[in-house]
Amino acid sequence: MKPNDVILQTVTKVAVFIILAFAIHLFIAGHHNPGGGFVGGLMVTSALTLLLLAFDVKTLQEGIPVNFEVLAAIGVLLAVCTGFSSVIFGQPFLNQTIIHIHLPVFGEVELAKAVIFDTGVALAVLGTALSIINTISEDLSKWKH
Amino acid sequence: MTLLYVIILIPFLYATLIPLFYKYFPRIHTGWFVLPIPIMLFVYLFKQIPLVAKESPFIHSVSWIPSLGINYTTHVDGLSLLFGLIITGIGALVTLYSTYYLAKEREALNNFYVYLLLFMGAMLGAVFSDNILVLYMFWELTSISSFLLIAFWYQRKGSRYGAQKALLITVFGGFSMFTGFLILASITDTFSISQIILQTDKITAHPLFIPSMILILLGAFTKSAQFPFHIWLPDAMEAPTPVSAYLHSATMVKAGIYLIARFTPIFGGNIAWFWLVSGIGLVTLFWGSLSAVKQTDLKAMLAFSTVSQLGMIVSLLGLGSVALYYGPGEVALLYLTAILAAVFHLINHSTFKGCLFMVVGIIDHETGTRDIRRLGGLMSIMPVTFTLAVIGSFSMAGLPPFNGFLSKEMFFTALLNVYQLDVFHMETWGILLPIVAWTASIFTFIYCMIFVFKTFTGKHNPHKLEKKTHEAPWGMLFPPLVLAFLVILFFFFPNVLAHYLLIPAVSSVLPGFLETGSIEPIKAWHGWTPELFMTMGIVILGSFLYVFFPKWSKIYGRLPRWLALNYVYDQLLITIERISKRITGKYMTGFLRDYLLYIFIFFIMVLSGTMLILNSFAFNPTANSPINVYELILAIALVATALLVLLAKKRLVAFIGLGVMGYLVAMFFVIFRAPDLALTQLVVETVTTALFLLCFYFLPELKKEDERVGFQRTKMAVSLGVGIMVAIMALSAQGNRIFKPISWFYENAYELAGAKNIVNAILVDFRGFDTMLEILVFCIGGIGVYTLIKLRLTGRNRDETK
Repeated sequence: MKPNDVILQTVTKVAVFIILAFAIHLFIAGHHNPGGGFVGGLMVTSALTLLLLAFDVKTLQEGIPVNFEVLAAIGVLLAVCTGFSSVIFGQPFLNQTIIHIHLPVFGEVELAKAVIFDTGVALAVLGTALSIINTISEDLSKWKH
Repeated sequence: MTLLYVIILIPFLYATLIPLFYKYFPRIHTGWFVLPIPIMLFVYLFKQIPLVAKESPFIHSVSWIPSLGINYTTHVDGLSLLFGLIITGIGALVTLYSTYYLAKEREALNNFYVYLLLFMGAMLGAVFSDNILVLYMFWELTSISSFLLIAFWYQRKGSRYGAQKALLITVFGGFSMFTGFLILASITDTFSISQIILQTDKITAHPLFIPSMILILLGAFTKSAQFPFHIWLPDAMEAPTPVSAYLHSATMVKAGIYLIARFTPIFGGNIAWFWLVSGIGLVTLFWGSLSAVKQTDLKAMLAFSTVSQLGMIVSLLGLGSVALYYGPGEVALLYLTAILAAVFHLINHSTFKGCLFMVVGIIDHETGTRDIRRLGGLMSIMPVTFTLAVIGSFSMAGLPPFNGFLSKEMFFTALLNVYQLDVFHMETWGILLPIVAWTASIFTFIYCMIFVFKTFTGKHNPHKLEKKTHEAPWGMLFPPLVLAFLVILFFFFPNVLAHYLLIPAVSSVLPGFLETGSIEPIKAWHGWTPELFMTMGIVILGSFLYVFFPKWSKIYGRLPRWLALNYVYDQLLITIERISKRITGKYMTGFLRDYLLYIFIFFIMVLSGTMLILNSFAFNPTANSPINVYELILAIALVATALLVLLAKKRLVAFIGLGVMGYLVAMFFVIFRAPDLALTQLVVETVTTALFLLCFYFLPELKKEDERVGFQRTKMAVSLGVGIMVAIMALSAQGNRIFKPISWFYENAYELAGAKNIVNAILVDFRGFDTMLEILVFCIGGIGVYTLIKLRLTGRNRDETK
């Protein structure tokens, strides 16, 4: 018998976007308000996990054709590289800098290098968590057949 | 020169591009993409020669981990520049050579060139860094890249054996060297070599002087293949010939020599240093040349000859260290010749041995064999190769008009100078030094003759060879031609070389010695001196022995078996493997419950031990804030769910119970106003529960385990212990304040990190290093899961090596 997931699937289609939007908010807010790369990345993970549970691995991979293992590697690389970038400017490893610039429409805008580092963290968390979940569930579907 | 620290990183950065070149330009040999790098670096370093020759060395420093005193400091003086030029120069030639040697259709060129560049960068880093910890890091990186390159043809058993042997021996030496470095650092309180040298008096007076010297020498001796650690080098010849020419004769094996030279100002002038360095060097020289004669494989012969030549350079450094005993002055200048000879021979050896290795590579490539019993009569077929072989090996034998003659004569001069010493017990043992060296030189002469004449003269036997022989392509002949040209050039103009490279190098080995006078220029002819008679004796006796070699070669079979160091090494390896397997088998039972027990028992022991020793049990309920009703409810709910998890009959119920517990803890964070923690905890709980549900399918039904009573009791005791321990910890944490509270970060987080959210400021800025390594560990964990599931071996006990 095929399980009836209509409600779950319908809710998921809407909820995923809300969760993703919230995740992005969390990530961006992280510098001054609760949030940050780690939570942001995990929130995206949870959204995608919901998709995975409501549909299946194949649908997820078709919808989001991203190799999560590569994504995790990119994340770690990004974090390490931002760390080294300060060395090139003669400052200690992982020294974070911040600048304020003035843009015409947005007014005073703050650019923090920590955000790049945080992006690395988010990508690493997202990539690793999803690659674990993906691998296990792929194996699971193989097991069932 | 401030760019130097970037220069060292270029090979590493470029190495990341090699796979792309390999993939997207399959029609062009990857070697051509690599070639510009060593050439560029060589030109850059070459331009620095006049600066270094004229001025004092310059240092450039970048802080890397300033809190630990680890700075990425590049230090350019005569010695490091000399090594840098050899590394990049020979590197360029070897790269060119390898593009013809390795076929692009068959070989995994992307791996090869990534390893090669890795090695180049690591070696440059090792010779240019002034910080001993950074030096150690690059040092081990050269061992690793050497391991990878030896095992390049990993399908062969010999390659794997040789790679493992090289790694085990050199890393053993690396570890002891590291210990020696740490001792030095603890005495002098600095990691910088130039700072350590300034405190030589303090080190000499310290009781740990001799141990640190021996430990550092172990590192140098293993790397430079000194007796009895030389056994890895012949087995390393399983590597492709360009690698042997580059790593195992010209550069990596000279890292040990670099280390000895670098630390001569600290340890030199001491009797133990003098006898250890020159003694081991001479033994190696003798043993290496003696063993080289009996080899039938050309590459093995060159390997032993490299061992013996390295021994010669090491012994020269030992002999020259006498100068430090006398201090700067007229007397010391006499012994400076030894150091000059050492650096001179270092260059000479790189030129002629690099050339010879390439010649062997050509012979191997064109005939399909390196066995001298099958080769012969190649002179007329490969005239250019023959000429190169003659130049290389006659230089190695110490004949004019090649550069080896000059450095060999200087070696004898140094020996005769030191022989007349009346310190260091030289009056009783000194006579041994020239005799051993002279005997070794006779054997050197013999194997050089074997190398040339057994291969190129005599009868050509085409039926014994796998291929139809012809001369090599010009691209393959060009690199050894350059080296052979240098061999002759250095003979005629040794003093130009001395002025620009050798003297600056000597003055960095023995700082301040050259101000008192100058070294005599290098001369090919200096009258009817004892040195010349020694050389003549070598030629006459050597030729005689070479002619009658078949008559006396049988003595090699007479050596007892235990004397063979390889046998000792193999036995040692087998014994260690057996013992460690027995020990590991005792506690690695394969049961998860046993491992959990170890972890928890260790946890209880360490924590309770620490608390007992520090006497930090402190219950001070007066400072606690009152418990309100929400907290009480949450606590009761938490206990109830914990009981539910324990008593659940179904695994699914237990999972859900665990999830609920996580949410309840998150509620605590909410009450105590930690929104970041609460958020993270909530999301983590959600994702883990999903993960649990996925794994759920694989797990068996939860059942009442019918176990021994004893084991049940142990489990009970351990779980109670962990619970009580955590409770005591939590209660005592309130009463103890060992570290400064982190709340002060909160006050200036905005000025320091520009962030109003202190938790995030801590994560990305104050403790950024932690976060970086955490995500790294997380990623490694992910890769672990991935490989466990995706690469699951089909059968049990499948041996991957078969």
